[in-house]
Amino acid sequence: MTYRLEMKEMTKKYGDFLANDGISIQLKKGEVLAIVGENGAGKTTLMRMLYGLEQPTSGEIILNGKQAQFYGPQDAIEQGIGMVHQHFMLFSDFTVTENIVIGHEPMKNGFFNRKMAAEQVQKLSDQYKIQVDPSKKAGDCSVGEQQRIEILKVLYQGAEIIILDEPTAVLTPFEVEELLKTIRYLADQGKSIILITHKLPEVMKVADHVTVLRNGRVTGNVRKVDTSIDQLATMMVGRELQQLSERNQHNGEPLLELEAVSIKGKSSKPVLDQLSLTVHRGEIVGVAGVSGNGQSELIQAISGLISVDQGDIRLDGTKLMGKSVAFRRNVGLAHIPEDRYLWGAAKEATIEETGVMGYHNKKDFNKYSFILKSSFQEVVKTWIDRFEIKVKSLDDKSGNLSGGNLQKLIVARELGFETDFLIAAEPTRGVDIGAMEYIHEAILEKRNRGDGILLVSSELSEILLLSDRIAVMFEGKIVDVLDRQDATEERLSVLMAGGKEDESSTKNTTTA
Amino acid sequence: MELFDYSLFASAIRMVSPILLAALGGALCARVGIFNVGLEGLILAGAFSAIVGNYYSGSVIVAVLTGAFGGVLVSLLFGLATIKFKANPIVAGIAINFLVLGLTTFGLRAIFQVKGAFYDKDMNGLPKWDLPLIENIPVIGKLLYGHSPLVYMAFFAAILLYIFLFKTVVGFRILAVGKNEAAARSLGLKVTVLQYGAIVASGVLCGLAGTQLSLGQVTMFTEGMTAGRGFIALVAMMLGGSHPIGIIGSSLLFGLMDAMSIRLQGFSMPTQFTAMLPYVITIIAMFFLKDRGLESQASGQQSSR
Repeated sequence: MTYRLEMKEMTKKYGDFLANDGISIQLKKGEVLAIVGENGAGKTTLMRMLYGLEQPTSGEIILNGKQAQFYGPQDAIEQGIGMVHQHFMLFSDFTVTENIVIGHEPMKNGFFNRKMAAEQVQKLSDQYKIQVDPSKKAGDCSVGEQQRIEILKVLYQGAEIIILDEPTAVLTPFEVEELLKTIRYLADQGKSIILITHKLPEVMKVADHVTVLRNGRVTGNVRKVDTSIDQLATMMVGRELQQLSERNQHNGEPLLELEAVSIKGKSSKPVLDQLSLTVHRGEIVGVAGVSGNGQSELIQAISGLISVDQGDIRLDGTKLMGKSVAFRRNVGLAHIPEDRYLWGAAKEATIEETGVMGYHNKKDFNKYSFILKSSFQEVVKTWIDRFEIKVKSLDDKSGNLSGGNLQKLIVARELGFETDFLIAAEPTRGVDIGAMEYIHEAILEKRNRGDGILLVSSELSEILLLSDRIAVMFEGKIVDVLDRQDATEERLSVLMAGGKEDESSTKNTTTA
Repeated sequence: MELFDYSLFASAIRMVSPILLAALGGALCARVGIFNVGLEGLILAGAFSAIVGNYYSGSVIVAVLTGAFGGVLVSLLFGLATIKFKANPIVAGIAINFLVLGLTTFGLRAIFQVKGAFYDKDMNGLPKWDLPLIENIPVIGKLLYGHSPLVYMAFFAAILLYIFLFKTVVGFRILAVGKNEAAARSLGLKVTVLQYGAIVASGVLCGLAGTQLSLGQVTMFTEGMTAGRGFIALVAMMLGGSHPIGIIGSSLLFGLMDAMSIRLQGFSMPTQFTAMLPYVITIIAMFFLKDRGLESQASGQQSSR
């Protein structure tokens, strides 16, 4: 059987930097090809060349046996290549239908035939079993639904080859399952799928073939049935992954105490509803939940970013209610924020400024309110070495760092001052496996020293790996707290969907 | 003399056309994601080139065409700065305003050898159209008949723009560009072409607005004769939510204020105060604006993750 798509010896140079170095991939009809690799391995560059967003320095693309060249997305789309971007490309004010047909609108004398468009979308939705509501506004759709719009859009454009760039990064576990089913179904219908990801369990579930990239080169090209997660991870990282260190026993005193904390919010339902939670010294408490069930507000309430309507928050006995963010940080609260650009860093600030941000008031770092650069440059440098953060210079803008590297810098900063308590919200979002391993080890080390950690993550695997106890949030409440040994992914999923322990109620409450 | 009568509203309708035309032009730019602060300059360029065209050709039709052309020329400059060279549209717009003010003042001396204002009794103003049928409708007929063609055209343009934006495919794509430029590009839409198209069209509309100013009521050009109408149009555009029908409403409000400020002078009110009326309304209108008008491109996007 011939290949539907071949990319041969693709090379892309940016100045002296080789982003892609002779990468070849092959894709058959009806096949799911997973391209895995860490951040900066060259996955995105390769796909951008395929989608016409970048021109290769050398190499050739062979589509259906013929050489092809793409000068822009339009060329790629016309030749049957569609891309579902990691950051969705949607118009939130437009309806689902409008979002799907845009660029290929059904028209009559130049007028947009919206009725016909809606019918076509409905037909497509039925054909591929991808559920959407054609008349809803895209902005009112859930993240999972928005992704389905993106997939339908690509299908509507007539794509035979569909590129999915990190499609599961923003989905809930339930939505991930649905997506994997859809991918499989599309492949069975004869579509060819390229799945870009670094999540190996998903690769093992859905892919037929796996190409592994590292530092711009192919380090592995295997059939799914011939490989394992461990082997793929080794090919990705270039070394064997290490086991996390042992966790020692603590019978710590309470460190962070929340009592009946409530935030009313704008809608009729409270955002946080009489929430009580305790984090002890030497303990990691994981917070699991489908995003939007109050986790963000919980973090912000503790760190002082939003005001709390009632309840009590104490850190090591000190009342935090009504106190400023600076006060809370001074009494021993560190915070790895969930959105690194919004709360974690200033894009325009230099790397060393981002490194000291939030601690610039410390005595060592300023004198007569002038910041002493020399005193913290050393500190920032040691972090950069320790976390292997790739920076050009300390004076470079933070915004120029890749997301993963910036995340590492923020994690280093928040761990670096050895506070008693840490909020770690999505600590490994967007970082590669090597760095993830390092961050997990650092958090565990902090716990073993006797500090308390509140871990909020949308990755269940991360929560299960690190937490001593796991609190599950649903609609602003903690529905249950499980001990480490009692928690499984299945039990957590049920609780996250609002179901009680009796498992019968799962199906109807899990909405996408 | 009464404050409110038919002629007040009739003159409001006459006054509204430059504001309406310019606001529609501004709305088109806003819809492709460019905030056009240069409306004032575009109108002035139109007013001046209409007079020049009229003076040399003696033809009103040529004058209208040169007026529109003047607007287009300056709008292309604005487009070049903001699209090609990615200049900040606010800065570029303000620069355009001052540039045109200087250029027309200079042109007045270079071409007509006069300072301050140019008037020639041999020049033809825009004709007054007495539309048949309309005249016979009670009340409305009195308001609507006997205006210059550009007045009718302004209202017609608003309706046309509404149909174009919300019913046609090209209009739909224009809306898409303004809502999310990155997404539009990723779809392979011709973003740059659409943006230039919108800016050139706004040049035409502003040029016609200027033509109505210099050839509609009076037949003369004075330095800075736009007197802030471009900015009022900008407010009318925002108040109308960049929606053609909304803009008709908001422009009518400002046109009425314009007419009233002139009328009030007849009530021995100091001119300085009556002239303030449109601007006072502008400030009041700002209270109702809040988050209307230009929508940020980032809205509704995924966060930075």
